[in-house]
Amino acid sequence: MQIPYTVAERPDTGLYNAKLGIWLFLASEVMLFGALFSSYILLRTGGGEGFLVGQDELNVPLAFVNTLVLIFSSVTIVMSWASLRLGDFAKYRLWMGMTILCAFAFMGIKAVEYGAKFEHHLYPSTSNFLAIYFTLTGLHALHVVGGLIVNGYLWGPGAKMFASDPQRFINRVETAGLYWHFVDLVWIFLFPSLYLL
Amino acid sequence: MSGHTAEEIRSEIRKYWIVGFALFLLTVVTVGVSYLDLSVGLAIFVALLIACLKGGLVAAVFMHLISERQAIYALLLLTLVFFAAVMLGPSFGRLASSAIG
Amino acid sequence: MSVLEQHPEEAHHEHPRESFWRRYVFSIDHKVIGIQYAFTALFFLLFGFTLMLLMRWQLAYPGRPLPLIGGLLGAANASGGIMLPEFYNQLGAMHGTIMVFLAIVPLAVGAFGNYVVPLQIGAPDMAFPKLNMTSYWVYLPGGLIMLASFLLPGGAANSGWTSYPPLSVTATMGQTAWLIGMVFLITSSLLGSVNFIVTIIQLRAKGLTFMRLPFFVWSQLVTAFLLLLAFPPLEAAAVLQLMDRLADTSFFMPSGLVVAGEVVRGAGGGSPLLWQHLFWFLAHPEVYVLILPAMGIVAEVIANNIRKPLWGYKALVYSVVGIGFMSFVVWAHHMFLTGMGTTISSFFQFTTMVISIPSVVILTALLLSLWGGSIRFTTPMHFALAFLPMFAIGGLTGLPLGLAATDIHLHDTYYVIGHFHYVVAPGTIFAMFAGIYYWFPKITGRKMNDVLGKIHFWLSFVFINGIFGPMFLQGLAGVSRRLYDGGEQYAHAQPVLHWNQFMSYAAFLLFAAQLPFVFNLFWSIRKGKKVGDNPWEATTLEWAAAPSPPVAHGNFPEVPVVYHGPYEYSPPNDPDGFTPQHAAPQAR
Repeated sequence: MQIPYTVAERPDTGLYNAKLGIWLFLASEVMLFGALFSSYILLRTGGGEGFLVGQDELNVPLAFVNTLVLIFSSVTIVMSWASLRLGDFAKYRLWMGMTILCAFAFMGIKAVEYGAKFEHHLYPSTSNFLAIYFTLTGLHALHVVGGLIVNGYLWGPGAKMFASDPQRFINRVETAGLYWHFVDLVWIFLFPSLYLL
Repeated sequence: MSGHTAEEIRSEIRKYWIVGFALFLLTVVTVGVSYLDLSVGLAIFVALLIACLKGGLVAAVFMHLISERQAIYALLLLTLVFFAAVMLGPSFGRLASSAIG
Repeated sequence: MSVLEQHPEEAHHEHPRESFWRRYVFSIDHKVIGIQYAFTALFFLLFGFTLMLLMRWQLAYPGRPLPLIGGLLGAANASGGIMLPEFYNQLGAMHGTIMVFLAIVPLAVGAFGNYVVPLQIGAPDMAFPKLNMTSYWVYLPGGLIMLASFLLPGGAANSGWTSYPPLSVTATMGQTAWLIGMVFLITSSLLGSVNFIVTIIQLRAKGLTFMRLPFFVWSQLVTAFLLLLAFPPLEAAAVLQLMDRLADTSFFMPSGLVVAGEVVRGAGGGSPLLWQHLFWFLAHPEVYVLILPAMGIVAEVIANNIRKPLWGYKALVYSVVGIGFMSFVVWAHHMFLTGMGTTISSFFQFTTMVISIPSVVILTALLLSLWGGSIRFTTPMHFALAFLPMFAIGGLTGLPLGLAATDIHLHDTYYVIGHFHYVVAPGTIFAMFAGIYYWFPKITGRKMNDVLGKIHFWLSFVFINGIFGPMFLQGLAGVSRRLYDGGEQYAHAQPVLHWNQFMSYAAFLLFAAQLPFVFNLFWSIRKGKKVGDNPWEATTLEWAAAPSPPVAHGNFPEVPVVYHGPYEYSPPNDPDGFTPQHAAPQAR
């Protein structure tokens, strides 16, 4: 039994199932991060003097580097998809591998950042700003890890599908790419909101 | 789906690099602007404007929204409305009231 | 062209005999998953009902030991068999949580949606069968965590299903289990909603345009959007509350809070109202999640049993989409008494009044459909017809709650409890019963017994009104909700206190009235009267194009192509018959 439009696009919508599926999922993620941003706005506009404790301690240069890392990883993942469409599996592996490395770099820098905070006794409980900072960046980091696992699977064991069902595999990479760009997009808003404003 | 021929895909690849470079630049601008001594309202406006620009580029080019189907646009428009509701509702509620909390 | 002709290689390919685990436990077939959801949800429905029966004993006879089981509840819950207030609060919080999140939605969406939607749109399964299986297996652990929380020190969550801080943040361990359970349930729901939307948009059979969809499918589509976009803020809020409880953050904790003589740890400066906004942002659309699938089922059963098309199909569709949209902008009508201010209250009061319009349109369309119909009073039709006045009462009693001025008197009283129970209990649950009696033959190839069915209906109808009707009287008198003695201590409650015993007896009798149903359900699976593929003579694809039960993998012996709308009963060329949706048009 085959599910229609898993690979081919349905004519009237122009979409294959997973593409619609991932956009719907991303819509729900917009609402998830939206609720957290909303909480940040409410707490910050209503917070007392103690609210912003810890913001000066944030490491802007490291976060700046992390922003560049994620943007670069967005380029590499779309390149990996383009390579597949050109039939170049080796290039795909290269670009997807770089995407994964970027993700590890991001997490590494994040670990350094968090470690430094804890060393200076700056915890989520210290102030509401730090609470929302750790929650927002922590949830974002969890999403990076999720993407890392998926991308790792598509680079490794999952890549076998390119030989047996290439279009389906290309679709999977596209879908994973859409998710990954969204993770980048969230950080693009997180960075100025938490570190610069 | 557009970009089926190798030529079209290669021209898309050019676009990806250009946009990637633009995003790098805009990130530098984001940080640079934060060093200017702007008033709170203006600072927020400028920072979010640049972020929207960057986000827009990621969505339009990397996520190829610019050539995507109407169904996806409709979904995102709908989401945007509810996003606005959840973002603004609680804060407007607080601004309009004198309640604690 | 048959499925086998489309995929000739499968004609020669022996399907390997699936293992027991693959076939019945970790199945990816939407029909099996639907049945899994159904039995799990019905179990939770029974459990939630039992919690309420314990509460109703306490309300009828405050301070009297519970008969028979008083000793079994343990000293922490019922010392000497007499229920402690702490335990009453657990029962209240968990009754609501279990009924809403573990029983009704999984039944309405997970069970009915999963089983029926692919069949009604002519699809072989859901768009993502493995994701479907995952949804169920994330729901079940979430539910079990909730159940297990009763065994924790301090018991289960006890701060209402609404979990308002600061009370919930300072509550016992059970609240943490509640929050973790909710994360599981929300995840399950999100995966499911993606599946439903993609399935309905992408897998409709050829010729099945949106305006030819059965109304049940429309209701499931809108419901899926509500779940998709409204649940995430609650997920965020649950994470924030978990952090407040476990990491001493102060998202919801105001400064200077003192609990039991001790200053609360943490920085303070938080906002308890923030939780309320985020919670109700989900919880209001959630109540439409509770009612829309029910309206869908009622529409199907009524259409089938009036033997004429539904009146106002377009109005129904536009209304259900309108309700879906509006449901996102009414949430703060649950917060009129928080001191938000008149501007915001006016806004939400306005949107709340507006949302009642499409609801009335739907009810009116269903009611008007009866006019001129050739009504068959089958067992499902009994429940579907009763839904109409019951939902009307529920909806009308919502109006004084949605108007801020009158809500001042009625907020947090038994009037509210009466209002929402009328909508969910003789409303949604009756629709669920209608659906079970209606689709049972499709699932099993046998009918449930009609005599038992009608006994079940009449007894339930009488007793359910007996429980919830008097609540309006108590509420108008000012009796608050969540009082473990039912208002006994208050002077203003004295004139209406006697209703507590009346309502409790109605509740115990309602429980008894379910016994014929439970017996009927299980007995008919084996011994029910065997029927053909379309015993109700229905037009929609699940009846007209699939056998009873449907083909194990693939549903249809031949992939249907649709030529007609969903309710062509008594068409001009065949006044005593009906035109199935996939019937090929007559050659001229």
